[in-house]
Amino acid sequence: MESRSKPIIALTTLGAWLLAIIWVLPLLYAIWTAFHPPAFATRFDLFAPWTLENFSRVLSVAPFPRYFLNTFLLVSLILVCQFVVCTMAAYAFVCFPFRGSEILFMLVLVQLMIMPEVLLVENYKTLANMGLLDTTLAMGLPYLASAFGIFLFRQNFKSVPKELEEAARLEGANPIQVLLRVFVPVAKPTYIAYGLVTVSYHWNNFLWPLVVTNSVDTRPITVGLQVFATVEQGVDWSLVTAATLLSVAPLLIAFLLFQRQFVQSFMRAGIR
Amino acid sequence: MKLSRNALYGSLLLLPAAVLLWTFTYQPILTTIINSLFSTPRGRRSAEFVGLDNYDVMINDPVFWKAMSNNAIYAVTTIPLSMALALGMALLVNSKLRGQSLVRMAFFTPTVLPMVAVANIWLFFYAPDYGLIDQFLRPFGLAGNNLLGTPDTALWALIVITVWKEAGFFMIFYLAALQQISPTLLEAARLEGASPMQILRRVTLPLLMPTTLFVSINAVIGAFRLVDHVISMTKGGPDNATTLLLFYIYQTGFSFWDTSYAAALTVVLLAILALIALFQFGYADKKVHYR
Repeated sequence: MESRSKPIIALTTLGAWLLAIIWVLPLLYAIWTAFHPPAFATRFDLFAPWTLENFSRVLSVAPFPRYFLNTFLLVSLILVCQFVVCTMAAYAFVCFPFRGSEILFMLVLVQLMIMPEVLLVENYKTLANMGLLDTTLAMGLPYLASAFGIFLFRQNFKSVPKELEEAARLEGANPIQVLLRVFVPVAKPTYIAYGLVTVSYHWNNFLWPLVVTNSVDTRPITVGLQVFATVEQGVDWSLVTAATLLSVAPLLIAFLLFQRQFVQSFMRAGIR
Repeated sequence: MKLSRNALYGSLLLLPAAVLLWTFTYQPILTTIINSLFSTPRGRRSAEFVGLDNYDVMINDPVFWKAMSNNAIYAVTTIPLSMALALGMALLVNSKLRGQSLVRMAFFTPTVLPMVAVANIWLFFYAPDYGLIDQFLRPFGLAGNNLLGTPDTALWALIVITVWKEAGFFMIFYLAALQQISPTLLEAARLEGASPMQILRRVTLPLLMPTTLFVSINAVIGAFRLVDHVISMTKGGPDNATTLLLFYIYQTGFSFWDTSYAAALTVVLLAILALIALFQFGYADKKVHYR
């Protein structure tokens, strides 16, 4: 970029900053609304008093802490099970190929195209027949075997040198020990990257949880927010905005603190 | 002996994934197709084989065609717009400018927010009279817009939100690709006396082709899969102006409880996704590999 003239660099910087400001403006305005009395929701005044009133009112009328707990349980369940299920499958594809396993892998990739929520009517029936409606398990089950996860871990396991695997086997390690001592440590950055992507996805997931939950005890934060906003809509903007910010706060703060890791994770997961 | 050992371990390791994928992906695909040929069981009346009746109803259903055309407009607008923005953002962030990481963070922030939350924030902007957009337009005598309540503008209001949310996400993929372009190539082009615009057109963009394909496939799937904002902002209204295909499936299945018609609609969605997959594996893969 050295060959570029100063005015061009200045213009580029200005353009980038302008676009960036436009991009965060909606969120900044939401923050401003949430921290001021309702009277200022539609009237911007630099000297308006700051308040936490909206948040305390939200917490007093809706069980947001419970929703957070539900989301946390859901995301933990999905994360742990996906790691186990996808690791096992990827390990099988890389180290124990048998006739037909290539075709099986192709079949796995079908799920990249057809996500569980596309089949929501049938999947709802399946879970109703299992008697699992309105449970955390029901929200998580369709996502536990993730084609994306299997694909990503397989890519990564393929890069593990054969010698490492052989050496471990000569020392008398059984297949499970080889997996845990050789493959999993090598793939650690991929696990972190995949973990961040999947946590963001399921923290924000809405349609499927909306369909299978119908009580405060299981409802995740996204569905909880929707229920709250539907009741309050048009009544009190500062309240809805405060609830909205409250819902996004944990993930947003995590993102702001670890934004480098977030961006790199999404990059790593995106390169195929 | 070795083969059977592989088959044994391999199948044991694959078992959990296979059972889950069968239960929640393959088996529902099959039952969806089968159920679309039957009538919806109601009360004591069980499902009866009706052949292609559901599809006949669909062809004569104006709401279905409305959902299809809405989804087409939605895809054809959101995808190029968010991809062009994403590419621009990636190029901006990739050039060495002051506050680079802050700018990148600003672009990426909408991506980590749930669509439901985003929809609630934007509802406030779109609201008639006291909404921000209307307040902004009032001095110009252009107030009184009900952007979400007018059939002509409602879908566009959702398109704007989608572009705002998705562009930063696609930027990440372009950024990753840009960082993999070898500096020697750019240096060589510069020594040849190419202008920045020429370098962009002749070197950078061709090298980004695989990324463009990957992102566009993702974007198309997204355009048919994400209906959270429709549910929380418009419920498909006004007058079905914002009904997208998956939302219509959701409505048919869970508001009208017409599960077999919902199955027929799902078959259409599956067909669309299958076509995209065929395009990806068959045609596009051969086209973009420049090596």
